[in-house]
Amino acid sequence: MLVSYNWLKNYVDLGNLTPEQLAAKITKSGIEVEGVEYVAENCKDVVVGYVETCEKHPNADKLNLCQVNVGDQKLQIICGAPNIAQGQKVAVAKPGAVLPGDFKIKKVKLRGIESNGMICSLKELGLEEKYIPTDIADGIFVFPEDATIGENVDELLNLNDAVLELDVLANRADALSMLGVAYEVGAILDQPVNLPDETVSFAEDDAVDNYISVEVEAADLNPYYGAFMIRDVEINPSPLWIRNYLMAAGIRPINNVVDITNYVLLEYGQPLHAFDYDKFSSEKVVVRRADDGETMVTLDDQERILSEKNLVITNGKEPVALAGVMGGANTEVTSETKNILLEVAYFNSSSVRGTVKQTGLRSESSTRFEKGIDPNRVKRAGIRACLLMEKYANGKVAAGAAEFDELDRSENTVEMDTDQINKRLGTEMTSEDIVSILKRLKFDYEQNDTSFSVQVPTRRGDITIFEDMLEEVARIYGYDNLPFTLPQGAAQAGALTVRQSLKRKVNNYIQGVGLMETLTYSLTNATDIKRLVSPEVLEKAVSPVALAMPMSEEHKYLRLSVLPEILRAIKYNSARNQTNLGYYEIGSVFISSEKQVSKQPDEQLRAAGALTGKWLEHPWQQEKKDVDFYLVKGIVEGLFDHLDLNVSFRQAKLADMHPGRCAVIEMNEQTVGFIGQLHPALEKEMDLKETYVFDINLEAVFAAYEDTPSYRQIPKYPSIARDIAFILDENIHSGDVGDLIQEIGAPLVNRVEIFDVYQGANLEEGKKSVAYSLLYQHPDKTLKDDEVEESYQEIIKAVNEKFNAYVRS
Amino acid sequence: MKEQLEAIQAEALERISQTEDMKELQDIKVAYLGKKGSLTGVLRGMGKLSKEERPVIGEVANKVRESITAALDEKNEKLELLQLEEQLEAEAIDVTLPGRPVKVGGPHLLSSIVQELEDLFIGMGYEVREGPEVETDFYNFEALNLPKNHPARDMQDTFYITNELLMRTHTSPVQARTMQEYKGEKPVKMICPGKVYRRDTDDATHSHQFTQIEGLYVDKNVRMSDLKGTLDTFAKKMFGADREIRLRPSFFPFTEPSVEMDISCKVCNGKGCSVCKGTGWIEILGGGMVHPKVLEMGGYDPEVYSGFAFGMGPERIAMLKYGVNDIRQFYTNDIRFLKQYHKA
Ligand SMILES: [Zn+2]
Repeated sequence: MLVSYNWLKNYVDLGNLTPEQLAAKITKSGIEVEGVEYVAENCKDVVVGYVETCEKHPNADKLNLCQVNVGDQKLQIICGAPNIAQGQKVAVAKPGAVLPGDFKIKKVKLRGIESNGMICSLKELGLEEKYIPTDIADGIFVFPEDATIGENVDELLNLNDAVLELDVLANRADALSMLGVAYEVGAILDQPVNLPDETVSFAEDDAVDNYISVEVEAADLNPYYGAFMIRDVEINPSPLWIRNYLMAAGIRPINNVVDITNYVLLEYGQPLHAFDYDKFSSEKVVVRRADDGETMVTLDDQERILSEKNLVITNGKEPVALAGVMGGANTEVTSETKNILLEVAYFNSSSVRGTVKQTGLRSESSTRFEKGIDPNRVKRAGIRACLLMEKYANGKVAAGAAEFDELDRSENTVEMDTDQINKRLGTEMTSEDIVSILKRLKFDYEQNDTSFSVQVPTRRGDITIFEDMLEEVARIYGYDNLPFTLPQGAAQAGALTVRQSLKRKVNNYIQGVGLMETLTYSLTNATDIKRLVSPEVLEKAVSPVALAMPMSEEHKYLRLSVLPEILRAIKYNSARNQTNLGYYEIGSVFISSEKQVSKQPDEQLRAAGALTGKWLEHPWQQEKKDVDFYLVKGIVEGLFDHLDLNVSFRQAKLADMHPGRCAVIEMNEQTVGFIGQLHPALEKEMDLKETYVFDINLEAVFAAYEDTPSYRQIPKYPSIARDIAFILDENIHSGDVGDLIQEIGAPLVNRVEIFDVYQGANLEEGKKSVAYSLLYQHPDKTLKDDEVEESYQEIIKAVNEKFNAYVRS
Repeated sequence: MKEQLEAIQAEALERISQTEDMKELQDIKVAYLGKKGSLTGVLRGMGKLSKEERPVIGEVANKVRESITAALDEKNEKLELLQLEEQLEAEAIDVTLPGRPVKVGGPHLLSSIVQELEDLFIGMGYEVREGPEVETDFYNFEALNLPKNHPARDMQDTFYITNELLMRTHTSPVQARTMQEYKGEKPVKMICPGKVYRRDTDDATHSHQFTQIEGLYVDKNVRMSDLKGTLDTFAKKMFGADREIRLRPSFFPFTEPSVEMDISCKVCNGKGCSVCKGTGWIEILGGGMVHPKVLEMGGYDPEVYSGFAFGMGPERIAMLKYGVNDIRQFYTNDIRFLKQYHKA
């Protein structure tokens, strides 16, 4: 809502407040003023001038040579505007004047003749082009005849006005009118509100019934419809002040009749519509639901196909307006119009909202109907418009209004009590304070000691319950005046849950080993929804979860893997020559086990990461190494070790993964994720260097984690270490051999670790040497050498039998 | 003989003091104290002395030996120390070379902010609650006093999956779920951080996905001044003790009265500048007293219980606190951006 400061002054005394100060007060009291703009800044020394003569410039066809009387002097001015004529009163920028855009007016010579100033258009005076009436958009502005020669134009053209841009939220529909804003400002400044003149002189011998009657067939959507009749109007430009206020409010003036409907719309917040009565071609207004497939052409010359969801105004035969949204082209007011049928109505917001949604037409009128209008202002707005048409369009107003009226105009009553208010706000107001606030709001009330029964005016339809009144009291009292207190309730300890702490623990570990946390989008595209999905997720996800109305194909599906998003980030960096990266993210994937999604999907938290390029960028002493499988595996193993959980890795072939460098992670025989190198084909497609990834189901990890690990006795008896190196076929998995050692060595072998792997000289082609370090330990006794030796030999035998391996000497 | 001994002593001490070499020192030792050494030689001649002379000369001889031995030991220690110093000098390295690099990771800026806020509110007795990102229409809207066809639903354009399922547009559904879980039987004091989604086109100030933290406190006798005090404590801890807050009336369907909280602009200290658009204040969060309908639907009797709620965006906080000027940067994950905020 654009509020003209000068216009507002007509209703409420603004004292010495500057527009900025007023804006700050309004903002603090509840309606945010987003900005204050001046109609035209810095327009000086521009006065009304009278064009005494106007002749063709002797040396230029398109220029005119004018003698202009500006009061204290006569100026010879050359003017190129097509609409300049002798006898006009025009805006003259005298030499020395400065126009907006820091345009200084000087004496010049044009085609050999001196020009002492400039005759201005509204645009040159700084008005926004889109609000300037179209008929004078290209020409100079001509004042009404009664303008005083020599008078400064700022006031005449309202150039000194400031416009406050109010951000009106859904609950404050009342602030979509000048009167509503006046009540708000009146309450803030503790000032009375001056209401506009509504004393129309109806024609004594002519009643509205002679012309029109009203029938409403859809009272549920249209509880009030009033029709006024204004005859013999003269269509002209409206008076300057109406045009000025409309332009300040962002509405382009058209002609007096249309301008008056717009003016009253802004003043009362009540939409009105003027029909050309002679084109209406009936004496009856019928309001009804449209027939399915019925059509009409609206004022914007668009043909609209209607349905029974649309409420239409008809002449009994065909639609003449889309109720509350837009009039029809067939009854439009033009410069030829003589008789006006004026509509004031109350259309229910849901009906208008439906039509707006369907047609995409949103106007000043529909916005107000959608948010709700004041039922007690409907008819008054009609009377006000009749008065203005009588005054400024020389119309004769037929007596009375043709009406359909089932409108509920009753006021809400809200009960409240001073103690209750103080208890809820934490204040110490007295009942006198409350009285003063109610008076400022201009709400009627009955008081009984500390109890109040408040009659809420219908302009404030948003106030229905105690809490609504509580807000009114609080905001007029001033949020600034509320004390600062802390809750008095019983103290309780805040804490993270085990799961939340665990998540932090995992984050800290992964960051500690050198990976950078990323944050990516949950919504992905048709390709990535299928990529790098961990096998146990793939098994459960029957169909991807998709948005019904995505904004783009890029963000259409809920992801099943975090990895494609991390890879996107890596690709982004790689394209900027940032190729050494270790990224990870903890985030949810969305698994639906339904064919047709109807229930909330299972949201599974996963930790996924991707590493590429050099692990260390400048290891001046060490070997400069690319990331590899074993680095990623080390990180993952470390994580599980950190959480004291046992996992194993099993070679696997997964889509999009390198077939020889990929393993699934298993915990208690369940797959909980995977690690490995991306398939080179995918790396190529995504422009990535060798990239290694991991993806872990944190839900499974959290479920297996023991919050308080049970105490384990530190072994009392000495341990014995034995090393053993096997020569193995190179395709035998070292881990399998380790598992067998552990199995055969149990329970004496406490730990098996690989400490060396060798392939090359001194070894047969196709063989590798893997060295294991075994730790023998017994919980209850000191082991004897022969016990260890016996176990050792059993292990050698078993490994030899199963893997055809022999001990390297 | 005594003179002979004293001459030997003088000569030996002189040689010991002159030498700077371990090997020579060893030779000196042998030359005087060794089996064939000069002192040993003199002592062998003691047998020829008279009974009376023997103890006198013996005493002199012992003193000479002790003095030579002491001088030898002292010199030896000194030379050893010199030798060690020389050796350490030779072991010197270039201390200006860089250390062996250790890979350093770190949190995303938004995670840091969320964690900071979590810890701040945990310290004030709040628990941290989480909930699903795919929500039902009921918990996202209806339980928060936004029935179907409510005009305020236009305020938040929503990604629907089905008629009943949607991407949550705020973390408030977690509050509704918590109230239901607590069945109106005990106070609720919680914050809920998480990802939320809006049907927006991504640009410098809009993101279809962003993060939010909301708080809820429901108890008997909760006052609006408690909300003001709580937010003031939060703002001073988060943005600095010299910040001031101001509350303005606002509108949200789930709170009544509703507030918008501003903090005084740090750039201009409230005088007005381009960052605060000349107002001296910067909008940080929205909140208010929990609407009685929301309490009722959560199972709390609004006659007995009251409460406050508030919600804020970590992205906005990051943008204000660290000057990030494009919301997309949080989700692009440029390594230069991520590294910048390690210390945040
Ligand atoms: Zn500032």
